[in-house]
Amino acid sequence: MDFVDYYKTLGIEKNASTDEIKKAYRKLARKLHPDLNPNDKDAHKKFQQINEANEVLSDPEKRKKYDQYGENWKHADQYEQAKQQQGSRGFGGAGFGEEDFGKYTYSSDDESAFSDFFESLFGGAGSSGGRRSQTRYRGQDYRAELHLSLTDAFKTHKQTLTINGKNVRITIPAGVENGQVIRLKGYGSPGANGGPAGDLLITFVINNETAYRRDRDDLYKTEDIDLYTALLGGEKTIDTMDGKIKLKVNTGTQNGTKIRLKGKGFPVYKKEGEHGDLYITWNVKLPTHLTEKQKELFTELSKL
Amino acid sequence: MEQEELIPAEDFCTHHQIEYSFISSLQNSGLISITSVESSSYIHPEEINKLEKFIRLHYDLDINIEGIETINYLLEKIEAMQKEMVSLKNKV
Repeated sequence: MDFVDYYKTLGIEKNASTDEIKKAYRKLARKLHPDLNPNDKDAHKKFQQINEANEVLSDPEKRKKYDQYGENWKHADQYEQAKQQQGSRGFGGAGFGEEDFGKYTYSSDDESAFSDFFESLFGGAGSSGGRRSQTRYRGQDYRAELHLSLTDAFKTHKQTLTINGKNVRITIPAGVENGQVIRLKGYGSPGANGGPAGDLLITFVINNETAYRRDRDDLYKTEDIDLYTALLGGEKTIDTMDGKIKLKVNTGTQNGTKIRLKGKGFPVYKKEGEHGDLYITWNVKLPTHLTEKQKELFTELSKL
Repeated sequence: MEQEELIPAEDFCTHHQIEYSFISSLQNSGLISITSVESSSYIHPEEINKLEKFIRLHYDLDINIEGIETINYLLEKIEAMQKEMVSLKNKV
C-alpha cells in the first residue's frame, strides 16, 4: 500500500484554495467521467482516483488530517490513540474532542472504489450527504446480442450466458421478438464510489429457419394441395410449430384461399397460454405430366 | 396490450433534488420525451437511465443543455461505431 499524493492527482499545489481544488477536480472530471468514457476502464480508474482526491481535499477536516500525517500516514492510528488517551485524562481534551476523526459515517456499497491508502487513513469509503456531495456514479450499461432460432423463441427456455467471467442463467419467455431488448439489472459495469452497477441489455436476434413467416404473434404458411383435393374436397395433414393437425379442404377450393387457425400461431410474450393465429394459404398444384387417359377425361370434362 | 408504468416527473425531481425546469429543457431539446396526462407530466421508465446520465452531466460537471446535446450526439455516434466494429470483427 503506497502513499497517494492527492495534490498531484489533481495537479494542484499543496496550498491550493478550495476554489482551485474544485476547479481542478471539475476540469479532470469532465475529461474522465464514466458517462463520457463508456467502456474505458483506464478512464474509469483515473476518475476514481480524482474522485478520491477530491473527497479528501474538498473536506476541510479530511484535508487537515491528510496534510497532518501525509507520508507518515501509517502512524496515524497511533497518533490518534495517543490523542484520545490524552483527552480522556483531561490533558487538553477539549481540543482533541472537537476533532473526533472517528465520527464520519460511511455509506458506500462499493468500498473498492477507494484506495487502500484512503481506507487506512479514513476508515471507509465516501461520506454520505446530499446529491451533489455524494458523487456516486452508476456503472455503464453493457450491451449484448443473443441469437435464437424461431423454434427456440417458440418456447420458454433457460440459457446460461457468461458475462465478464460470471455465469448468468436467464429465462427467455416464449414469444420474444426479433430486436426486442431485455434489461438485466446490475449486470453491467460496477458503479463508482458505491454507485449501483449498470445493467446488461440483451438484444434478441431471431433467425427464422422455418417455412413460417412471423408477423408479431401470427404465423403464415403456404401449403400445397393437389388439383383433385381442391376440386373434390378432402383432408390435408399439415405441420404446425407444435405438432401436426388435420385440416378439411372444402370442395372447389380456389388457389390462394387463406384459412385462419385461431390460437395456433406464436405464443404471446409473457402471456402464458395465449397464442396468435396461424394463417394457411392453399397453393393448388396442377398436374404437369398428364397420361393419355387423363387428357381424354379432361377433354371430356371441358366439353360438358 | 402491454401495461406501461410511468413515473411522475414531480416524484423524480424530488428524489433527485432537481428542478422540473431542467427536465423541461431536456424535453425541449428533444433529448428525452415526457408523457403528459391530464396536466401532469410523467417519465417513461426507459428514459430514466438516460435522464440520470444528463443529471450527472449537468449537476456534477456543470455542463449546460447545449453541451449535453453535443455529448449525447457524439456518444451515440461512438456507440454506433463500436457496434459496427464488433460486427465487422465478427465477420472477419
